Amino acid sequence: MLKRLSACIGEYKKDTILSPTFIAMEVVMECLLPLMMSKLIDHLYGEDVLQIVKFGCILLAMAFLSLTFGVLSGMFSSKAAAGFAKNLRRDLFYRVQTFSFGDIDKFSTSSLVTRLTTDVTNVQNAFMMLIRIAVRAPFMFLFALAMSFSISWKLSLIFLAFIPLMLVVVFFLIRKVKPMFDRIFKKYDALNDSVQENVKGMRVVKSYNREQFETEKFDRRSEELRSDFTRVEKIMALTNPLMMFVMHTSTLLIAFLGATLIVRTFGGIDAAGVWHWGELSTGQLSSLFTYSAQILMSLMMVSMVFVMITMAGASAKRIAEVLDTDSSLTNPAHPVEEVANGDVEFCNVNFKYSKKAERNALQGIDFKIKSGETVGIIGGTGSGKSTLIQLIPRLYDATEGVVKVGGRDVKDYDMEALRNQVAVVLQKNVLFSGTIKENLRWGNETASDEELIRVCKLAQADEFIRSFPDGYDTVIDQGGANVSGGQKQRLCIARALLKKPKIMILDDSTSAVDTKTDALIRKAFREEIPDTTKFIIAQRVASVEGADKIIVMDGGRIDAVGTHEELMQSNRIYQEVYHSQTRIGGAQ
Amino acid sequence: MKGTRMNSRMKGARLAKGVMKQTMGRLLRYIFRYHKAQLIVVGICIVFSSLSTVASSIFLKTLIDDGITPALINSYDIEHTFRTMLGIVGTMAAIYLTGIASSFVYTRIMAIVTQSVLCRLREDMFRRMQTLPIKYFDTNNHGDIMSYYTNDIDALRQLLSQSIPQMMSSTFSVVALLIVMLTFSLWLTLAVLACVVFMFWAAAAIGGRSAKYFIRQQNSLGVVEGFIEEILHGQKVVKVFCHEEKAESDFDERNEQLFSDAERANRYANILMPVMGNIGNVMYVVVAFLGGVLAATGAQNVSFQGLGLITVGTVASFLPMSRMFTMSVSQVSQQANAIVMAIAGANRIFTLMDQEPEHDEGYVTLVNCRYRADGSVEECDERTGEWAWRHPHTADGSVTYTPVRGDIRMVEVDFGYEPEKLVLHDVSLYAEPGQKVAFVGATGAGKTTITNLINRFYDIADGKIRYDGININKIKKQDLRRSLAIVLQDVNLFTGTVMDNIRYGRLDATDEECIEAARLANADDFIRRLPEGYQTMLTGAGSGLSQGQRQLISIARAAVANAPVLILDEATSSIDTRTEALVQQGMDNLMKGRTVFVIAHRLSTIRNSDVIMVLEHGRIIERGSHDKLIADRGKYYQLYTGAFELE
Repeated sequence: MLKRLSACIGEYKKDTILSPTFIAMEVVMECLLPLMMSKLIDHLYGEDVLQIVKFGCILLAMAFLSLTFGVLSGMFSSKAAAGFAKNLRRDLFYRVQTFSFGDIDKFSTSSLVTRLTTDVTNVQNAFMMLIRIAVRAPFMFLFALAMSFSISWKLSLIFLAFIPLMLVVVFFLIRKVKPMFDRIFKKYDALNDSVQENVKGMRVVKSYNREQFETEKFDRRSEELRSDFTRVEKIMALTNPLMMFVMHTSTLLIAFLGATLIVRTFGGIDAAGVWHWGELSTGQLSSLFTYSAQILMSLMMVSMVFVMITMAGASAKRIAEVLDTDSSLTNPAHPVEEVANGDVEFCNVNFKYSKKAERNALQGIDFKIKSGETVGIIGGTGSGKSTLIQLIPRLYDATEGVVKVGGRDVKDYDMEALRNQVAVVLQKNVLFSGTIKENLRWGNETASDEELIRVCKLAQADEFIRSFPDGYDTVIDQGGANVSGGQKQRLCIARALLKKPKIMILDDSTSAVDTKTDALIRKAFREEIPDTTKFIIAQRVASVEGADKIIVMDGGRIDAVGTHEELMQSNRIYQEVYHSQTRIGGAQ
Repeated sequence: MKGTRMNSRMKGARLAKGVMKQTMGRLLRYIFRYHKAQLIVVGICIVFSSLSTVASSIFLKTLIDDGITPALINSYDIEHTFRTMLGIVGTMAAIYLTGIASSFVYTRIMAIVTQSVLCRLREDMFRRMQTLPIKYFDTNNHGDIMSYYTNDIDALRQLLSQSIPQMMSSTFSVVALLIVMLTFSLWLTLAVLACVVFMFWAAAAIGGRSAKYFIRQQNSLGVVEGFIEEILHGQKVVKVFCHEEKAESDFDERNEQLFSDAERANRYANILMPVMGNIGNVMYVVVAFLGGVLAATGAQNVSFQGLGLITVGTVASFLPMSRMFTMSVSQVSQQANAIVMAIAGANRIFTLMDQEPEHDEGYVTLVNCRYRADGSVEECDERTGEWAWRHPHTADGSVTYTPVRGDIRMVEVDFGYEPEKLVLHDVSLYAEPGQKVAFVGATGAGKTTITNLINRFYDIADGKIRYDGININKIKKQDLRRSLAIVLQDVNLFTGTVMDNIRYGRLDATDEECIEAARLANADDFIRRLPEGYQTMLTGAGSGLSQGQRQLISIARAAVANAPVLILDEATSSIDTRTEALVQQGMDNLMKGRTVFVIAHRLSTIRNSDVIMVLEHGRIIERGSHDKLIADRGKYYQLYTGAFELE
């Protein structure tokens, strides 16, 4: 996981390394400054102006250096963190672009969105902490410890005795608290889910007078969360006082032992008034104090970083999951680039959406369609209509059996070449924000304006597009909110037509279009693109009535294949569908 | 959607100063109301803990001046020195212990207070949310509402458990240190204060830049996340059109902009600390020089201790104190950003809590009843299956009962979601008990609006709606809604078992009644085939079920409610016609003996209604039975024969 993520540092490796380097230098300055300060104070007593000026200048120089290092590290780390996040987002986005339909289903769109947004932000923040504080803290710890040893190794032994004690305490606290936090996060999610359910389903809540009921349910969850959170925070409240206790105890010991050491080893004051220090001077003692404070601070930072990183850990794992998923569909080693014609053949195809699924979504599908034929597909919700046609452009791979296009297994083709020849207008179709022209050109980037108008006329869209004040330059809102359902469907058909495909598939794509226009579209298909194989999935019998072949699907199997007349004679499901739509007056 | 959320967040981040102060005050009052005693203890503990921090800065000086130096100068014997120093260290130990104990006590209390304040805020917010009119949910972004419960509450948690205590303790230290510094020297203190002014100036300059880029960063983050959302939701279309590379290059462009804004925003934020810290270091040197010069020239000193000469000892003791002072000041400025963010969040939470709840002046209530032998109505407590409107008359104190029949009349109703834009004009209709009334019309014609008015999700602007002859404004909303069962196109199921979800229609329904309702809706069959039947847990709004199955559960839910009036708003539009024909049987059972309002764009669904209303631009343009409308050769006929499209 770490390897995956650290690969995203990429071209910001320089910044990622320089940032902690400068931080380390800044820490050196930070640790040397108190030493110089105590020297300055010592010389104040000696009233040696030259020395005071000297140490004053050294201090100023060091402050300047520390400022420079601090600013540089700040700049490098912000660049490194922002760059890391940029690469992370890019890698995730690129990875998702390679995903097959199956991979997208596996993650679900909303979960992918969360991984690319919230999770990236969490990891970015943790990364910033990591290259700033995670370096600063241990470095400061080591340097301060080293400095105090150089002043008096005897006294510094006290630190060595107490620090492990502190680490043990912190370690046990974290180990105790971690599972509690995991549980809290789960409860937090549940609480948020319940808010979301209410916000979205407020009409239902109010219709059934469930305000009180929902409030009580929410209160219970909120209360539970409160008590769990309080329990954990109470334990967490122990951390800092415990650290302070250990650290202050050692400080006091140092103060006492240090003071006696000074007095015991003092060499006296000579006639000139110069003080002869023994093993320790008062200035050094005060430096020791500063270092002990720095050690305490660094240890507190370490525990903070630890908490941050565990929290970002979950996000990092979710991101790594995406990055580690290789597309379940790959191009063959020597792909075929040319699709010969619009022949489609299913040879005993079985399909299930995931290995774990109990039932096949498609079972024993076997049929053959010749180039240029029009095929209607009809069947109830969940009967496998959409699944069936999605195997043709290899949006999914058949679990068993072979799907052939133009006489070859679809797995032999280069995927892009295949999909350019197989246009699908999906059931859940999407327009993107941008002008109508831009949306249409998804089908063919280099299409001329005349070409656009031609396909729009075919899809019966030209007329309404022209009725817009901005015509083909009308801006479509996100999700196509400013065009009606029927208009959207016709734009999507035009977009697909622009590909000039050998096979054209409409997955319930005219459901919101009125029957007259629907008929016109089918007529245009028949007359203008006679060589293209057409698959039409529809709810309305009228939409498939005139097809060369109609496939009736039921529970993942082909129930029957035939023309309208044949099916009306022999197929019960087809008859039922037909009658459910034409029976007048219900009771009659 | 994401974009708008970002925008509303940004607006919040730039609250006016007055609003900030007001919100802060309100938040503090909110916390104080329930936790006065605890907060007083916290305050005292914080004072003790910062006093102990300040004391520790003089500890060293005391140890050196009163313990070590006299011992060295006077060559005291070890035992004497030992005793003096033991005394000093002992005192200090006591002070430290007090400090640690108080910091432990206040962190712990603050943890308890924080959690209970957040819990109360959440619950208050949720309780208030439940009382808000549907309008609120229709006009506010759901993502925004969600973020009140997540991001904003989280920001408050940080504020309460960390920022406020730290701010208080730093502020107190600043004040305490200032006083201590003044006991040493006025001149040196003034020098320190001059530096602090400089620090504030630097903080404002750098912080301002950081804020500017921070807002830009939020902006481009909104753009990038909006783009991700749009493309990912259309990912299958991207695949079908082999549009991956174009999507990638479009993405790179936006991602690059975000990178450059984020880098700058963080750069200024990161620079702030070293700048502040080193201004403190420079000040140290300046004060040392100044002190040295003053001491050498024998200048007059002014302090709380009176006038006198500045000595080297004074300067030496003053220096560490001044350093601590600047550190505390920079700590205060560090908290500023977190506090501003949290207050902006609190402001959003309070805005939600200030929303006007739904008004309800209704006094007519729904009661169980039984009929006496003479046909008059008698109120009773137990469920009888018979309902009546209880109508008290304030004038003479009498009470009349009207049997609930499900007779609904609208008389010349005008309505607009915004006052100046009417969406319904002069709508009149009547539905007799047991009748099936259908609405047909294009999206935006006002079909759903009519049902929104019957259950009073919205109140009409003009005209009257009567339920069994009673103006619905006089009926208590709860009771009005209890008498109406509703099935919507977007099915909302709740986390819980299938049984729980069906029982949502009526909480006191028995398992048998729920199963009976499911059977009525033709849902029993598939429910029994679920892994755990009726006890199967539904999560994520029933994401494991197909759209049709979810719809069947919501029909069963309405069936359990057993209300005299039923509203079906595109209830079967996501079910194919053949399955619909199966469900239809259940629906017919459900509709028997009830007044039903049906909205559907599929004409086969409404063909057998008693009355069909054709709506166009908020007016009823045609009405009558299917046969009559077909015979009239009007708009309905055109729709039916496919000359016009809906939606």
